[in-house]
Amino acid sequence: MSDFTSTFWDYYVGVIAALSILGCAVFLKLQSKRRVKTSAGDNPDTTGHAWDGIQEFHNPMPRWWIGLFYLSIVFAVVYLALYPGLGSQYKGALNWSSVGQFKAEMAAADAQYQPLFDSFLKRDLAQVAADPKGRLIGERIFLNNCAQCHGSDAHGSRGFPNLTDEEWMWGGTPEAIETTITDGREGVMPPLADALGGAETVIDVAHYVLSLSGSAHDSVRAVRGQPKFALCAACHGPEGKGGTTVGAPDLTNKIWLYGGSVATIVETITHGRHGVMPTHKGVLTPAEIHLVAAYVYSLSHGSGAAPVASATQP
Amino acid sequence: MTTPAAAPPHEYVEALYAKRKEIYPRAQVGDRMGFFQRWRWATVWLTQLVFYGGPWLTWNGRQAVLFDLGARKFYIFGLVLWPQDVIYLTGMLVIAALSLFLFTAVGGRLWCGYACPQTVYTEIFMWIERRIEGDRAKRMALDRQPMSPRKFGLKAAKHAAWIAVGLWTGITFVGYFTPVRQVGADVAGFGIANWEGFWILFYGFATYGNAGWLREQVCLYMCPYARFQSSMFDRDTLIVTYDGERGEPRGTGGRDRAGRGLGDCVDCNICVQVCPTDIDIRNGLQYQCIGCAACIDGCNAVMDKAGLPRGLIRYATTNALQRHDTPRQMWAHVLRPRTMIYGGLLGALVVALGTALVLRVPLKVDVIRDRGSLARPIDEDRVENVYRLQVMNTAERRHVYAIRASGLDGLVVDSAASFEVGPATSVQIPLRLRAPQSAVPPGSHRILLEVQAQDEPGLVVREKSVFFGLRE
Repeated sequence: MSDFTSTFWDYYVGVIAALSILGCAVFLKLQSKRRVKTSAGDNPDTTGHAWDGIQEFHNPMPRWWIGLFYLSIVFAVVYLALYPGLGSQYKGALNWSSVGQFKAEMAAADAQYQPLFDSFLKRDLAQVAADPKGRLIGERIFLNNCAQCHGSDAHGSRGFPNLTDEEWMWGGTPEAIETTITDGREGVMPPLADALGGAETVIDVAHYVLSLSGSAHDSVRAVRGQPKFALCAACHGPEGKGGTTVGAPDLTNKIWLYGGSVATIVETITHGRHGVMPTHKGVLTPAEIHLVAAYVYSLSHGSGAAPVASATQP
Repeated sequence: MTTPAAAPPHEYVEALYAKRKEIYPRAQVGDRMGFFQRWRWATVWLTQLVFYGGPWLTWNGRQAVLFDLGARKFYIFGLVLWPQDVIYLTGMLVIAALSLFLFTAVGGRLWCGYACPQTVYTEIFMWIERRIEGDRAKRMALDRQPMSPRKFGLKAAKHAAWIAVGLWTGITFVGYFTPVRQVGADVAGFGIANWEGFWILFYGFATYGNAGWLREQVCLYMCPYARFQSSMFDRDTLIVTYDGERGEPRGTGGRDRAGRGLGDCVDCNICVQVCPTDIDIRNGLQYQCIGCAACIDGCNAVMDKAGLPRGLIRYATTNALQRHDTPRQMWAHVLRPRTMIYGGLLGALVVALGTALVLRVPLKVDVIRDRGSLARPIDEDRVENVYRLQVMNTAERRHVYAIRASGLDGLVVDSAASFEVGPATSVQIPLRLRAPQSAVPPGSHRILLEVQAQDEPGLVVREKSVFFGLRE
């Protein structure tokens, strides 16, 4: 900003504003009286103005009216003394700013709602999840912060996990969910085509992966792929049950993060995948994280199997 | 028209602002109250019964007329209007404006003279003034006196009464926006909330200032309607007129008027004394005239006493006066292009708005597609889309609604197919739709969602949306 502005403009604005107010006062003073010249035969009740034979009556405004004008000048002077209106060099006696007002309002709102949030923070996450009020607040936070990726019904989307099912890549305990939201997660599946030994082997492994969940597959290829799976087992475990320490998905159920067709699994193995859950520390307060975690927890733990229908203002 | 004596040429400094001259309108009460003044008092009673009484009516266990700004719901008897219904408010305002136009074209400043709050409250405040300080002559004498305990007492009593009416008006006004019983209880317990308190004082002060102090100045210097209604006037508009042909030359004295060459005007000045804007109607139509007809009543009473026919000052049109029309001829001119256009527009709008209100479905549905995900595969052969339904039950009882989706083969609702919404409540419902992949080629497809009350099949809203197929 400072590249384009100099303090000159502050003084420029300030001087023009001050002169305008002064000018208004002078103008008012000059315009409250008028010198009138009448000629013989004029009606003394007229102003002496005549257009096309129409004379203008002299109808003075009530005197308090001009008082209002002077009052507005007084208001302008007081206002400019209190608030920053004379260029940004003068901050005004009240030191008011829109940012300051915003912060004050936010602080007031925090002071009002903090006790409520704190009361939820003190309670066990499973308890909050069982409380309809807690779930309702959590759902609001979810819709504003999480629904963009996980969907407003929390069923996720391609690349974004479904939060309502039983599979948890990073763990489904209250603590794990809170950690995931607070610190974020980064799940990396490396490209493994070369390590596995070429495109054909990748297809074999893909069929073996499909066989783990009892999905339709080519059993010949699956048998061929089985020994190669040892490489994958480092993260997904020897049985393909996955692991929550590195966020490796369970391959033995029919829940697929990127898709469960042969083509998609081949693509996943060949090119790898990289999923990111961003950190929400600083974005949400600990109490908000607690509430939204409780809501997410409730989606797969009985009390709130379906999202709570929330009453809202139009 | 009288012309003041012409002055010799001179030069002087003229003030463009002058102290307002106090007006002391002479009251016409009791037997002296004429036909039109009775009408004016009738409209005072009618409008104020409606205004002051309105908030105290109840309907369905709530205040009958309540404009709940906080909850953004307007309750008008059986009707609950939501922000989405703002078109009805617009329609009502247009109807109000058009009726103003129509009445003005036909009857001149009827609104100003009889129904405008400024007129009505000035009338009430002048009545209080008269009860406390006495009529015109007494008030003028009182104002000329130096301050004395008696004068101070009278003035204090008057202002106290005015302020009381003002505050009551303020409380009533706020009672249209916050339940009036609650406002009343809060005021009684001095526990009034800041904003309610501010508006009670604001509206109370406006009433006190406008009706007590400013009076005719509001009409003369402030009111925009007073200034632009002359454009609705024409030569067939009813105005308060003085029949100069009959009245002039004016002169006092009852005896031998014809012999002395006098007209019917006995120059009693009553018409000026009763005028709330202090004009002499005998000078012709003036912008100050609010059409209150006080001078008509005043003059008629004098004519009766003098044994002359009534109607020297009367409601007439410029044309009728000039052409000596009979009343029948004058009324025939009510129907003219201007009034027919105003009337036709007004009638059409009233019918349209009435029909729209009757056919209004007390249910609103907004379909919002999830922006994060377009389509997601469920398994090998099904695809799913997610929506949020904003469902507003604008009726005042709870309903259970069912959702149906159509437009694609095999399209089904996977989330809860029915849900409950409380009275005058809005809910957001997550909605999952599923369809076989074979029925949904890549791209977007128009679908139709139908929300219907299970207990009231007529209560149904259909909304269009789209369903996305999976990309290749």
